[in-house]
Amino acid sequence: MNTRLTSYARSMGIIVGEHTPGDAPVLSLPFAHEMEGRPGAWHGGAIAGLLETAGYAALRSALDALDRHPTLKPINVTVQYLSTGRTRESYARGRIVRLGRRNANLSIEAWQDDPLKPIATAVMNVLMVDPE
Amino acid sequence: MNTFGGQFDPSQLSRWILTRAHPGWLGLTYRSHGDNWCELELPWRADLISDEGAPVLASGPIISLMDMAAGMAIWVTNGEFRPVATLDLRVDYLRPSREKASVIGRVECYRRTRSAAFVRGSAHDGDPDDPVAQMAAVFMTLDPSRMVPA
Repeated sequence: MNTRLTSYARSMGIIVGEHTPGDAPVLSLPFAHEMEGRPGAWHGGAIAGLLETAGYAALRSALDALDRHPTLKPINVTVQYLSTGRTRESYARGRIVRLGRRNANLSIEAWQDDPLKPIATAVMNVLMVDPE
Repeated sequence: MNTFGGQFDPSQLSRWILTRAHPGWLGLTYRSHGDNWCELELPWRADLISDEGAPVLASGPIISLMDMAAGMAIWVTNGEFRPVATLDLRVDYLRPSREKASVIGRVECYRRTRSAAFVRGSAHDGDPDDPVAQMAAVFMTLDPSRMVPA
């Protein structure tokens, strides 16, 4: 499944896992010093970047299945940090709460060892602009 | 509220804080600060863009910029460097930044309690009156003696 990542996401080292068309892929990001905030913990901004990227990947996958190919623009994002991200790989997957014509509302979770114990969650609104 | 006489000098400590780990990777630089605010800059870089359309900085690095400026705003307000953790952070993206433009983030700490710090800020690409993003966040101050090793 070809999922386009932004330069920023590739630069961070985000990897898109195997998934079937239309499904939200699980994204992973190995820990590196470049992702560290206070010593021994992920930087909140790096976790937010992983969450946003997983949100876009979920939306892009759903839109591809509908043969829709709009440009995606961020409107806003709210991140809840639930527990410290330890110095190991992190994962994230988005869920589409509502897919409209111009706006999509997404909910995303990030975790480390156990998908049922998220370390951070986010909600985001994305504007979809269709090509002329 | 306690004040500690402003021992925390971000212009000095940023040489260490901003040159390593995630802020160092992003290349964040110190610009200025006041009694309860701090301003940092995220320089334009080709590998930090969002692929869609124009070469403008992606939203992720802007969150990191605002998160870091918030931490430093809390430290200057407290007058000391104590670890903080982001609890909740919201960013509204008002417009894309200009092509190949750096983004400047300024965050103020407008309220503190014993364990929480409330911050708000905005990001712009040259004109503070025409922001690219607004943010609001809450941080918890951490007690180093009670922190669990990674």
